[in-house]
Amino acid sequence: MVNAPLHIITLVKWVPDAQLERRYNAEGRIDRSEGVLSELDEYPLEAALHIKEAAQDREVRVTALTMGPAGASTAAKKALQIGADDAYQLTDDALIGADIWATSVALKAAVETATGAAEFESGEPEYLVLTGMASEEGESGAVPAQLAERLGAHVVTYATALDLEAERLVVTRSGGTESQKVAVTMPAVVSVTDQANDPRYPNFKAIMAAKKKPLTRWTLADIDLRPEQVGAMVRVLRTDARPPRTAGEIITDEGDAGVKIVEFLVKERLL
Amino acid sequence: MSNVLVFFDELGEALSSAQKELIAQAGALGEVHIAVGAYTGDPTPALAIDGVQEVYLPEESLPAPEVAVVDLLETSVTESRAVVVLGSATADVTDALARLAVRLDTGLICGAAGISADLVVTKGELAGSYTTTSQLISATAPAAPLVVTFKPNNIDPQRVQTLVTRGEQPEVNVLPVRPSVGGVEILERTAMEVSARPPLTEARIVVAGGRGTDGDFTPLEELADELGAGLGASRAATDAGWIEHAAQVGQTGVTVSPQLYISAGISGAVHQRAGMQTAGTIVAINKDEDAQVFEIADFGVVGDLHEVIPQMIEELRRRKR
Repeated sequence: MVNAPLHIITLVKWVPDAQLERRYNAEGRIDRSEGVLSELDEYPLEAALHIKEAAQDREVRVTALTMGPAGASTAAKKALQIGADDAYQLTDDALIGADIWATSVALKAAVETATGAAEFESGEPEYLVLTGMASEEGESGAVPAQLAERLGAHVVTYATALDLEAERLVVTRSGGTESQKVAVTMPAVVSVTDQANDPRYPNFKAIMAAKKKPLTRWTLADIDLRPEQVGAMVRVLRTDARPPRTAGEIITDEGDAGVKIVEFLVKERLL
Repeated sequence: MSNVLVFFDELGEALSSAQKELIAQAGALGEVHIAVGAYTGDPTPALAIDGVQEVYLPEESLPAPEVAVVDLLETSVTESRAVVVLGSATADVTDALARLAVRLDTGLICGAAGISADLVVTKGELAGSYTTTSQLISATAPAAPLVVTFKPNNIDPQRVQTLVTRGEQPEVNVLPVRPSVGGVEILERTAMEVSARPPLTEARIVVAGGRGTDGDFTPLEELADELGAGLGASRAATDAGWIEHAAQVGQTGVTVSPQLYISAGISGAVHQRAGMQTAGTIVAINKDEDAQVFEIADFGVVGDLHEVIPQMIEELRRRKR
């Protein structure tokens, strides 16, 4: 039997640059004016490209999907430069302030629209969604499981290695107290950690080639959702900046600094 | 007072400190009900705690990533009539509670620090540089329960001890839930090395080392053991292979919030700071007086960690005698 083609949807997110000061704006939302492709989303993308390159006699397509404001198209373009075959960007004002619940509703519809639109030469494809281990700003790590529940897909989180076999994907993951090797059948959602691989950098040729790859922009209407279907379940009442840490006492070691540290800890009642 | 459902993905013979802390959080909100996913033997003696009313167990143990645990949770919510469901902010618990929130059509808040009686939740955001306050938007009536995961170390351990006291054995309900068939199959499980040191995310004190250790973590290990501390590292140290990757504190590693963080030979670039800046007190040792870590240290030493740390250990031992 010929293996069914595989459609890998990789979720990529445009996040505030963690190298810069990240802040909330007056509306209580994260300021997204200066962004980057989330570093944590380069690992699932690399994992997808690995699977594609290693697949013998199997048609594999890697699609990048991003949800975010207009500037997020840069994340989709970067994914195309790194090696994705095509990309989709979902942008809609109704998604501003989306919480985990609303994000997974929108992503479910976007994944289904993307898989529905793809045509494969060798038959009906199976699909696999790869994500980063968490978003860099939300840090909840809860979207993969919510997305899987909505898609009726299996979920495996915190993958450190992925190996595509004929009818299943074998994933090594780090659970709380143990390391596990699990087999999962498609459709599946797998979150990939930063221990899984070393992401590649796009070279000049790849950057030029990316200009010819399709990037499709969607609003909610394009994925058959109405604004009221993506209302948040959680309301943020207030955001308070933590007072910045200030420098305390700094001394230069004159042969007694170890003793001085212990004295400081005793004074602060930390021992 | 309202009913609270607490979820433990696994339970051994005794409760962990994070599990005790969750019971303390729950007890402040109302009557406590507990659902347990994976267990060996009889888990009820460990749950004989004042304020814990009922325990829900599956017919067979459900170790993660077993998806049937969501069925257990769904039934437990109905049985307990809980208005809020609490769990730890760990990978396996987050997976289960995230799916539960979809099934119940309700909101989820991850990584909380506190919750008030009227179910208003506070949590650190952007690596602790902000605190947000949020609550459930009740679209449905009667409202579905709010689902929350908590980070550890938000209640003082001594306070947890006074809040969590032995009580009568709770009533046990075995629910008709068994492991699912197909889908995700566990092929191999390897227990991670159990260190005598406390887990990084739960440790009250963390000792962390970076490039300045030059690859020798021995003095830091000794100091950590002297203080009963967890051992962490910067990305430079884990990337160099000097210490296991799991020890990495920072933006793409573990976020810690201990009462005391001792940073040794770490420059304190923004990626590192993101993982530790909510520590109660920060002590920094670095040879470079311009190291960024000194901008946020409560007590800083410009010096060589290979001289300062052994002296610290000696002084700590001297004071113990």
